[in-house]
Amino acid sequence: MTTISAVHIPLEERSAQTRMASPSRFGDKAFELLTLTMALAVVVLIILIGWQLWNGSSLAIKKFGFRFLTTSTWDPVAEQFGALPFIYGTLVSSLIALLIAVPLSIATAAYLTELAPLWIRQPLVSLIEMLAAIPSVILGLWGIFVMIPWLREYPFPLLKRFFGWTPFFTGPIYGPSMLAGGIIIAVMILPIITSVSREILRSVPNLQREAAYALGATRWEATRIAVLSYAKKGLFGAVILGLGRALGETMAVTMVIGNTPQIAASLFQPGYTLASVLANEFTEATTDMYVQALFEIGFVLLGITILVNLLAQLLLRTIRTTSATRAVQ
Amino acid sequence: MTKSYRSKILLGLTIAFGLSATASAQMMINGAGATFPYPIYSKWFDEYAKVDPSVRFNYQSIGSGGGQKQILAQTVDFGASDGPMSDENLSKAPGKILHLPTVAGAVVMTYNLPGNPALKLDGETIADIFLGKIKKWNDPKIAASNPGAKLPENEIVVVHRSDGSGTTFIFTDYVSKVSAEWKQKAGNNTSVNWPTGIGGKGNEGVSGQVKQTPGAIGYVELIYAVQNKMPYANVKNAAGQFAKPSMESVTAALGTANIPDDFRFSMTNAPGDSAYPIAGATWLLVYEQQKDPAKGKKLIEFLKWALTKGEGMAKDLNYAPLPDEVQQRVLKRIDEIKF
Repeated sequence: MTTISAVHIPLEERSAQTRMASPSRFGDKAFELLTLTMALAVVVLIILIGWQLWNGSSLAIKKFGFRFLTTSTWDPVAEQFGALPFIYGTLVSSLIALLIAVPLSIATAAYLTELAPLWIRQPLVSLIEMLAAIPSVILGLWGIFVMIPWLREYPFPLLKRFFGWTPFFTGPIYGPSMLAGGIIIAVMILPIITSVSREILRSVPNLQREAAYALGATRWEATRIAVLSYAKKGLFGAVILGLGRALGETMAVTMVIGNTPQIAASLFQPGYTLASVLANEFTEATTDMYVQALFEIGFVLLGITILVNLLAQLLLRTIRTTSATRAVQ
Repeated sequence: MTKSYRSKILLGLTIAFGLSATASAQMMINGAGATFPYPIYSKWFDEYAKVDPSVRFNYQSIGSGGGQKQILAQTVDFGASDGPMSDENLSKAPGKILHLPTVAGAVVMTYNLPGNPALKLDGETIADIFLGKIKKWNDPKIAASNPGAKLPENEIVVVHRSDGSGTTFIFTDYVSKVSAEWKQKAGNNTSVNWPTGIGGKGNEGVSGQVKQTPGAIGYVELIYAVQNKMPYANVKNAAGQFAKPSMESVTAALGTANIPDDFRFSMTNAPGDSAYPIAGATWLLVYEQQKDPAKGKKLIEFLKWALTKGEGMAKDLNYAPLPDEVQQRVLKRIDEIKF
């Protein structure tokens, strides 16, 4: 309304009008405040969670101190608790998942944005999104009844035959194992990495591709130099998102990883993750120290997630600066 | 006009009745705890709604640990647990907590062998298998109890529960009683530091893993082995007999087990020729002094019903009912609840 009437007002008067238009500025301020509160709520939530976990585990922290992170005994009967095998299991299973999922996801995303004919693109995208919608417990059941028997029958013996000389593929094959856990996580983080990567590759300006083609690049070269390299930073972000999910993945992993707190070089051996031990033992923990130790596990998991994200940010920054200096030179 | 007047009265009456109905249905008794007895408890609450429609039960099967915590914090009217509360936990209670055993169940040793021969196991052998000392199925110790059974040279894959559970408590309670080495190395709790083996989540996780893994052995509640058509071993009891796990042999064990006055008992390795040794009861936990008289009265009525009529429903759901003598003792204890 005001804008319409403003058109007819002479110039001097109009400036007065703008000065008077404080209601819209109040709206801006309110909007800013509202969004700020929302954004701060997330920070407050994380701090509150951290504080609660710290508070809940104070006795255990006092009793075990730093030993909690460096010892491997988990004995609820004798109330001796060490989280090292769980930390190891969480990191290793997530690493396996990334090793499998990242090449697959980025290749899928590249195919979808650069190569796939239109009629194949949409159905494939929908299918990948559907994979993300499968509940974790269903994937876990599928893991127990389909994936593990198959892994035990074919891929595991093959791995043992060809890579048995490395320490990673030795020893008896049970089925439930660190490797099976990693594979299930890979299936779970594949959709998120793929769809984020696809969005990032789509946002690469066409000028990039055209420039590469103009220089006589083949399709592969154009994708590699103009698209993937250009989108490197974004793709790294997609991987970090996937890693965040991998670290906290619980149900499906618990069902296939074998749940044994040990540190074994062989990936055929069962392992255990921080999230799994929480899911497994929290409901029936009756003594105080036991509950406290489980709280501390939660605290460590939160810490690791934050630490990994910080490291990733740092890595991202180094990528950015080195490529910037290279560009200057 | 008279018609609309009448309809208004009718409407008013309906509302009044409706209100009074909801008001009396407001009596809600809350409980939380063990998952093992959840099927029979929900059946009881369901049937009891027909006996006394004025009271409703809300039971959350969050696990025995949660049940004990919530009754201690008085956030529920009754708790439920698969293991008796420790002295330490009881000392934290603001009042005297009574243990009321309701039903019992068997934990069976299930396995996956070619042809699945019927096996007999004794306690020491079970302990040695779970300690990782017996590694192959054709070990002389297993063969000694099973003359004639075809035992392969397969490696034994031990499967145990990965989640804390009453089933594990019963199993480790038994093994601790029959093996000093187990007692010293692993002990007895809802979850322990397992010397060997892989962990499956829940009874379904263990039965699934045993079914999928050739040469595996694990322990599950009887009903899971029956439902999955898995073989389970007869286990040597304290009297030296091999007992077949069944509701009868569990009730027999309850009959011979030494049950103290506070009902905090363990029924594993019970004496008696027909007693099955790996079994455990489950308890309801209530305060001796009820805070809310109206609720307390209704709760006592229900408990009495459960320990008499309710016990009759146990077998249909594969739980072993209490023997008459124990039933009478529990009923007497219920009479001591004050409100």
